[in-house]
Amino acid sequence: MCEANQKDLTIICRCEDITVDEVRAYIEQGVTDLEQLKRLLRVGMGPCQGRTCTPLIVNELARATGRPVREIPLTVFRQPTTPVKLGVLAGGTDHE
Amino acid sequence: MNRTADYVIVGGGVIGCSIAYNLAKKGAKNIVLIEKKYLTSGATGRCGAGVRMQFGTETNCLLAKNSIEMFEHLEEELDYPGSIEFKQGGYLLLAYTEKMVEQFHKNLGVQHKLGIPSRWVTPEEAKEIVPHLNTQGLLGATFCGKDGHCNPFKTTDAYARAAQHLGVEIMTYTEVTRLLARDGKITGVETSKGIIETPAVVLCAGAYSRDLAATIGIDLPLTPERHQILVTEPVEMMQGPMVMSFYHGLYCQQVPHGSFIMGLGDPNEPKEYNQNSSWQFLHEMAAKATFILPPLANLRVVRQWAGLYDLTPDRQQILGSVPGIEGFHLAAGFSGHGFMIAPMTGKLMAEHILGEETSFPISMFDFTRFERGDLYVEPSVV
Repeated sequence: MCEANQKDLTIICRCEDITVDEVRAYIEQGVTDLEQLKRLLRVGMGPCQGRTCTPLIVNELARATGRPVREIPLTVFRQPTTPVKLGVLAGGTDHE
Repeated sequence: MNRTADYVIVGGGVIGCSIAYNLAKKGAKNIVLIEKKYLTSGATGRCGAGVRMQFGTETNCLLAKNSIEMFEHLEEELDYPGSIEFKQGGYLLLAYTEKMVEQFHKNLGVQHKLGIPSRWVTPEEAKEIVPHLNTQGLLGATFCGKDGHCNPFKTTDAYARAAQHLGVEIMTYTEVTRLLARDGKITGVETSKGIIETPAVVLCAGAYSRDLAATIGIDLPLTPERHQILVTEPVEMMQGPMVMSFYHGLYCQQVPHGSFIMGLGDPNEPKEYNQNSSWQFLHEMAAKATFILPPLANLRVVRQWAGLYDLTPDRQQILGSVPGIEGFHLAAGFSGHGFMIAPMTGKLMAEHILGEETSFPISMFDFTRFERGDLYVEPSVV
C-alpha cells in the first residue's frame, strides 16, 4: 500500500470517523482554530468528547502553526461527562 | 493610522455572514466583518438547527418561506464544496388545548394565503407521520413537509467563504468595543485591534447588540434569555420531522447525522447573559421528551449546551436603519428564529442598505415600532 493510502485510512476521531487527512485539509485551508475544526468536522462532538482526538489534533495544529502545544486553546468540555440514557435522566426505571 | 472600510458588519453569526455575502454580491466593496470570537460562536452555533415556514405572522411566514426556498439551492448559489446538510423532513406542531387548535387554524389561514403547504392533521395522522409519537392528550397538529433541518456551522461557513471569495474581509477574535458617531452620522467602530473608520455599520451581534447600540445612545429593546439544548448519540433514521410542542415548550428533531437534537423554552428563565448548562434542564428535557416520544428513553445524551435568544417585546426581529443616525443599520432581536430566516434577511438587508427597493417591505420590522406601539407579536415560538 502506498503512503498516501495509508494516510487516508488513519482515523483521528473514532467517534465521528474523521481521518487525519480530513483534519489536515481544513488546517491547510487556514482553519487553525480547534473550535472551528470541531464545528466543521465534528471532531470531539462524539460520546468521548475529544478525549482521544483532541490531543492528536492539537499536535497537528502545533506542527502546522509553529505554536507550542500549550498555547493552542482547547474547546469547552460539556456535560454529561459520560453518555447517559434519557430514560435514566427522566427518572424512570430504565436502568441497565 | 486608522484603517477605513465602506461597511463594517458587527457579528460573525449566520446573519452577519449572509448580509456580508449579499452586499458583496451586489457589488459593494471594502466590507469588513468583525467577530468577537470565531464564526458561529454566538447564537447561530448554539441554535436548534431547525428551519420552518410554519409561523403565525404573515411577515415571518414570508421571510421563512423565501429562506427555505433559498436553502434548497444554497450550496450551488454559494459554490460550497461541502454539504449544508439541508433536510426537509417537515415540522409537526402539536396542539394540546382548544386555544392552540384555534391559533393553529388561524396560522394555517395565513400560511395558505402565502402558498405554504402546511395542513391540519388528526392525532391518528400525526402518528402515521411519527409512529413513535405518544398521542395522549393530543387534539391534533399541523404539518408542513417543506420544513426541516440545516447545519448552522456549515451554512455560516458557506456564506463566509462565498463572502471572502467576493472580497469581504473577516476579522475573528476581534471585539468591537464601541460604535462611533458624530453629528448624527456613523463614523466608525472601536475594536480590540484599533479603530476602523466607516460611514456604515450593520449591527448583528445578537443579544450583545443592545450594549453596542447603547454606546451611541440608542436603546434597543433586546432581552437576553438562555435556552438550553441537548444532543444524543446517533442512531438509524427513525424520525422524519421536527416534533414541536408549544404546550411543553419543546422541540425535538433527528438530524441527518443520526443524533437527536432537542431543546426546551423555560418561561421562568432569568433575563441575563448566562450561557451555562444546568442539571435541571437535562432532567426536565428528558422527562418531557420521553413522554411525547417514548422510545427516545433508550438514547444516550452525549452533550448539552446553552445559547442566548435576543428577545424583542413582540418576538420579531428588528431590521432596517435607525432614524437620526445615518449609516446605522440593524439586524438583531431574532428572538430564537434567526438562523432559519438568514438567507432572506441577508438579501433584504443588502437591498435596504444599498438604498434599493427591498424584495418585500420590511418597514414592519422597523426599530421605531416599539415607540409607536405597533407590535406584531409572533404567536408560534418556543
